[in-house]
Amino acid sequence: MGRTGEDIRKRIARARLERMMVIAVVILVAVVPAIPIWLMYGWIISQSFSGKVILGILPTDLTLDNWRFLWSPIKMGEKEYPNIWPITINTLALALTVSGLVVFVSSLSGYALSRMEFKGRTALMQFIIALHAFPSVILLIALFVILNKLGLYGKGFVTLVGIALIKAGLEIPMATWIIKGFFDNIPWDLEWAALVDGASRWKVWRTVILPLVLPGIAAVSIFSFLSGWSEFLLVFTYVAQEEYYTLPVMIYYMIGEFIHIDWGMLAALGLFYAIPTLIFFSVSQKVLLRIYVGGVKG
Amino acid sequence: MVRVTLDNISKFFGKVRAVVDLNLEIDDGEFVAFLGPSGCGKTTTLLMVAGIYRPSRGRILFDNEDVTDLPPKDRNIGMVFQSYALYPHMSVYDNIAFPLKLKKEPQREIDKKVREIARLLRIDELLDRKPAQLSGGQKQRVALGRALVKEPDVLLLDEPLSNLDAQLRILMRAEIKRLQKELRITTIYVTHDQVEAMTMADRIAVMNKGRLQQYADPQTLYNKPANIFVASFIGSPPMNLIEGELEAPDDNSVFFVSSGIKLKLPNVPPNVAKDGQREVVLGVRPEDLQMVGPGDADKEETLEGSIYVVEPLGKEFLINVQVGDHVLKMLVPADGMPEAGQRIRIRPNFSKIHLFDKKSQKALL
Repeated sequence: MGRTGEDIRKRIARARLERMMVIAVVILVAVVPAIPIWLMYGWIISQSFSGKVILGILPTDLTLDNWRFLWSPIKMGEKEYPNIWPITINTLALALTVSGLVVFVSSLSGYALSRMEFKGRTALMQFIIALHAFPSVILLIALFVILNKLGLYGKGFVTLVGIALIKAGLEIPMATWIIKGFFDNIPWDLEWAALVDGASRWKVWRTVILPLVLPGIAAVSIFSFLSGWSEFLLVFTYVAQEEYYTLPVMIYYMIGEFIHIDWGMLAALGLFYAIPTLIFFSVSQKVLLRIYVGGVKG
Repeated sequence: MVRVTLDNISKFFGKVRAVVDLNLEIDDGEFVAFLGPSGCGKTTTLLMVAGIYRPSRGRILFDNEDVTDLPPKDRNIGMVFQSYALYPHMSVYDNIAFPLKLKKEPQREIDKKVREIARLLRIDELLDRKPAQLSGGQKQRVALGRALVKEPDVLLLDEPLSNLDAQLRILMRAEIKRLQKELRITTIYVTHDQVEAMTMADRIAVMNKGRLQQYADPQTLYNKPANIFVASFIGSPPMNLIEGELEAPDDNSVFFVSSGIKLKLPNVPPNVAKDGQREVVLGVRPEDLQMVGPGDADKEETLEGSIYVVEPLGKEFLINVQVGDHVLKMLVPADGMPEAGQRIRIRPNFSKIHLFDKKSQKALL
């Protein structure tokens, strides 16, 4: 019993239709929602380099005037804001401190949770997950009291250090879990081999295990850097002096305090704010993709 | 080189008894294999010798020195893992140099030793590669190089050949044996493959369910298995084991009786069948069975059966013979093709049969 030519043609047509429907669904789900986001990026770029835009996206003239905050103090109406550079350094310091603390603590604690048998290990892991359930908003008052008691409140740069500690504390539980997953994937054999080869446990961790979880460390450092870089609430609440603001807080003030908003400068500021993020991401994502396999299977 | 003594060691993981009361002595320069099915505690024992696991009970001695509490890094041990456990982020050179770097040997010395061992194992072309770029056999050599480069007192090998293909396995088998004899390192070799253990080891420790079954040289294990487990585990094709009873109707003859079988055992002293009757397991290796013609032997000393299936092995035929309710395997020289269904008469080589007590599983002869 053979199939007729017509039957086969019908089946091919149906297969084609199905394939086209799959493509249509992909476009609908993945591409369409991305369009407004790309439009917004387009807007922010064209707006930041021009004086006036038509229909919100077509630039009319090319100017660097919107980027003047890079070389002069920011003025809006009567109000003069501090220079952008110290603010950027504040933000960078906060983000790097958070990132450094999170990576240091979570790579050690993740190893301990993954590799060491001790009483209450499971309970501790559940507890760590529960920790992550608290958003920082509900902790604001308690944290204020603690910062005050520790003398970390209202002391300018020291306050930023306090905020970095809080932020790191909030990030560490999740980071520990992520890194623990990476440690779990490293076979015991590797660790044992290094021990037999003559390494101490600490040395094994440093020379054999840590290089293998670099992708995990990259992931954690990206996330914690971004969360430090974009931290708003804690800085907004606890930092009183303008010169210790970070970029998100400053952008907020520039939108919030004036009736006439300089959209051009705001766009430039927004773009400026995104640059370190992009750099950090492009550097660490290479490590993220460099996941070692092999050497284990035959 | 050292003599390794396991003094009554046990290892428990919670309720699981991985190794129970193991006593073993491995002489200086000896090649010992731990043989057993998976989960028998052989790898656990190896890891205790390495110092990765601490025994729950008992002591481990290197040359009469108690090393039970000595951390692995101070034991001067070389180990090859089943997975090879090469450090994936280091080159072959760095993998081999790793133990020497930890010993803080001078750079020039390290370089010399690494190249020497690489030449010995014929991997000197591969020193710049990463483990992911190596084949299974190459990885295996690198792992061996890393274990040997520090000139260990004891070499531990955990199923090192199980990830290789059959041909390479036979090649490496010979190579490891030669290397061990050349370097005269006390070696413990863990395997579940009885052929590997038989061909390589000076002595074999057969283990099952955490307990030592027999510790002897390969020939003794084969010819004088201490219990049913060893008898069934050693040898390929495996020994025929038939459950039945011993009967001694008078003072000078012993019969083995099972469903459909009654066989006179001329070499067995009647006192083995105590009180005239005893539950036993009879063991005969396939090569110790032979076909006999109708008038060739005492009829009471033969078994009659029909050929169930014939498996040609090239040099020999492996014939499955249905005798009573049992199927026995026998190896015969390959001449003429026996046919399935054919009635034949077979006779065991009575000097090579084995009898085990059914209850204690121990050998009676």
